[in-house]
Amino acid sequence: MRLLYFAWLKTSLGTSEEQIEPPGDVRDVRGLIAWLKGRDAKFAEAFADEGAIRVAVNHDYARPADPVRPGDEVAFFPPVTGG
Amino acid sequence: MIRVQREDFDPGREIAALSGGNHAIGGLVVFVGLVRDMAPEGGLSAMTLEHYPGMTEKMLTRIDEEAQARWPLEASLVIHRYGRLEPGDRIVLVATASAHRQAAFEACQFLIDWLKTKAPFWKLEETPEGDKWVAARAGDDEAAERWLPVKKPAE
Repeated sequence: MRLLYFAWLKTSLGTSEEQIEPPGDVRDVRGLIAWLKGRDAKFAEAFADEGAIRVAVNHDYARPADPVRPGDEVAFFPPVTGG
Repeated sequence: MIRVQREDFDPGREIAALSGGNHAIGGLVVFVGLVRDMAPEGGLSAMTLEHYPGMTEKMLTRIDEEAQARWPLEASLVIHRYGRLEPGDRIVLVATASAHRQAAFEACQFLIDWLKTKAPFWKLEETPEGDKWVAARAGDDEAAERWLPVKKPAE
């Protein structure tokens, strides 16, 4: 599973991208975030306010209950500021 | 049609290309977003636009397809830049063309309102205190919400 981080998340986490293999019981976005927070204090802090983070799975916006599977590309980012 | 690019664009050329030869078009509406000077008291306030290649194009295409489905458009165009930009630089162009002006005005407003909440771009401002990520504005969410389909009351 490929994870991408953008904007201030990237700065806070110190990385823009990583490959991970979460345990088999990580099946949805909510579960993935919980696993990431438990993995590392930096993540726990960056994801403290989950409402402030947007998630996309394979280039589509995703909600907490949406599934994540091996091979997916999951991106985390703050609300967008284009235009 | 949508484009995501680093380079500047020429609104005049884009309008000419959009309408060129299509005489069903009676009205063409154009919006151009520019970099505003956030520090008018001095000191250049440049910014860098980050984006998510792949998702950016997908979201803009989807928004454009929705505009085409909702309004009778003869043509539509969204161009969004990324990279380092300075005050006065063009960031985005949204152009819509229709037989009559109402559809062109509404579709243009819809496209810019939606891309400001959906298109994965993030602005990093250079300030005297260091680089700062611009925060999303609640006003943008509210502007986008007015385009949601009106819910029918329960029977």
